[in-house]
Amino acid sequence: MYEFLYQLLGNQILAMFALACIPLVFILLYVLFAVWLERKVSAHMQDRLGPMRVGWHGALQLIADFLKILQKEAPVSKDSDKLLYNIAPVLAFAGSFAAFAAIPFSSKLIGSEIEIGLFFILAVSSFVVAAILMAGWSSNNKYSLLGAMRSAAQIISYEIPTALVVLSMIMLTGTLSLSKISDMQTSSFWNWYILGGPGVGYPKFLLIPFMIIAFIIIYISTLAETNRTPFDIPEAESELVAGYFTEYPGIKYAMFMLNEYANMFAVSAVISILFFGGYQSPLGYFGNILHMNWMIPFEQAFWFTCKGLFFVFVQMWLRWTLPRLRVDQLMTLCWKYLIPYALLNLIIIGIISLL
Amino acid sequence: MRQYLKNTWDGIFTVLVGMKITFKHLFTRAVTIQYPEVKVPMVDRARNRLYVNIDDCIGCDQCAKACPVSCISIETVKSIPNDNIGLTSQGRKKALWVTKFDIDIAKCCFCQLCVFPCPTECIYMTDVYEYAELYRDNLVYRFSSLTEADVKEKKVNYEKLEAEKAAAKAQAAAVPPASQNKTE
Repeated sequence: MYEFLYQLLGNQILAMFALACIPLVFILLYVLFAVWLERKVSAHMQDRLGPMRVGWHGALQLIADFLKILQKEAPVSKDSDKLLYNIAPVLAFAGSFAAFAAIPFSSKLIGSEIEIGLFFILAVSSFVVAAILMAGWSSNNKYSLLGAMRSAAQIISYEIPTALVVLSMIMLTGTLSLSKISDMQTSSFWNWYILGGPGVGYPKFLLIPFMIIAFIIIYISTLAETNRTPFDIPEAESELVAGYFTEYPGIKYAMFMLNEYANMFAVSAVISILFFGGYQSPLGYFGNILHMNWMIPFEQAFWFTCKGLFFVFVQMWLRWTLPRLRVDQLMTLCWKYLIPYALLNLIIIGIISLL
Repeated sequence: MRQYLKNTWDGIFTVLVGMKITFKHLFTRAVTIQYPEVKVPMVDRARNRLYVNIDDCIGCDQCAKACPVSCISIETVKSIPNDNIGLTSQGRKKALWVTKFDIDIAKCCFCQLCVFPCPTECIYMTDVYEYAELYRDNLVYRFSSLTEADVKEKKVNYEKLEAEKAAAKAQAAAVPPASQNKTE
């Protein structure tokens, strides 16, 4: 993609900039859709209708909300740490946006084809903790601080099961590159890692139950990392007003929301790459049938977006199903259940991959 | 250890049960009514805005007397014999010009007490409930069908009649005592 843009624009900086804009535009469009979807899903699960006024079934509601939020005054409280206070929302979004650099949207469209993509995403997505702590500390508000502290504790704890599952996947695939992991699961859904991967013979079938366990573990722990219900104690509305962004008005608040939704898609993308074939089509490509090779990357982008949105939808589904966990329950779930299972799973997958 | 495994199973199983329930609700019909476009029909005896059919009103003032919050104010002028007021829909003859029939609906407490005394059933509750106004004065509904000029005319007519009557009476009073005196 970079080469193509470089030939098109003839300038390295411009090409880089254009390349960086693609995920940004994608995120913004996706957030427009995701917020609408969230409101619709929540409404229909409660037998309501949700937004219906602006556009078709409220499709343009977020644009109206955004225009309203833009006009808001942005007061900064007197005793807050102005510098950190203003940096935090930008940093939070930068953290989740950076993760998109390594996510392959299709075989051609990938920000940076680094060999350690998985590691990069794990590292950069926990960067958000710093921003959250900054926001909570600089606001000089007890709710913000409590929310930020809870968030830090939660994200750091849940990094461990995530990392353990990712580790077992790395053991199985032997690579950290996300596009290579995606390419291994090509041609049909039978080769997806949730169904044992591209191998042949009995180890593949032995792997299936442990892959499902690994998927459940990583799904729960990434859900906790994005701070969404049932793991939303950092921003628990009924306890902490809004958690770490209590003090943020207008556009800065919007930045935090953007971060949350971008993060949701980033973790869904990682899960779909690890277990559900990433950008690979489950059934094969029309481009191959029709002998039109240029079509394949577009189809791949389509499948990737579909898979990502599906997991985002499941996150919303869970949000409107489960009540919030208490802090001690949250820690119990992580340290007493997820980590032992993930460790056991790691060992078993390691043994099976040796077979 | 058994408890631990049971907890794990319960955790996963109960979440799946909950997800099944919410998924079902995703496709059940929403109970929301899109209000301004779709309205729930009011029940037959719902009490909302008052309406006065002024053609039937005979100006008896009973509704104003019945009103516990005094939101109805009525003024009437007697008709003169040649006036053609017309009849009520029940064929009753009207004797009064209703020069003013104001209902301050902002004061109205929707008790319906004004409706029952009305002999011609000309004041009644409708099912209109959307009548918010920006200014409180707009909530004073004037039901009288007479214009100001009409009212003035009726008053003048009536006063003229009264004056004529008084004059006739005075004349009558002035004359007979004299005749009485004569007879005595």
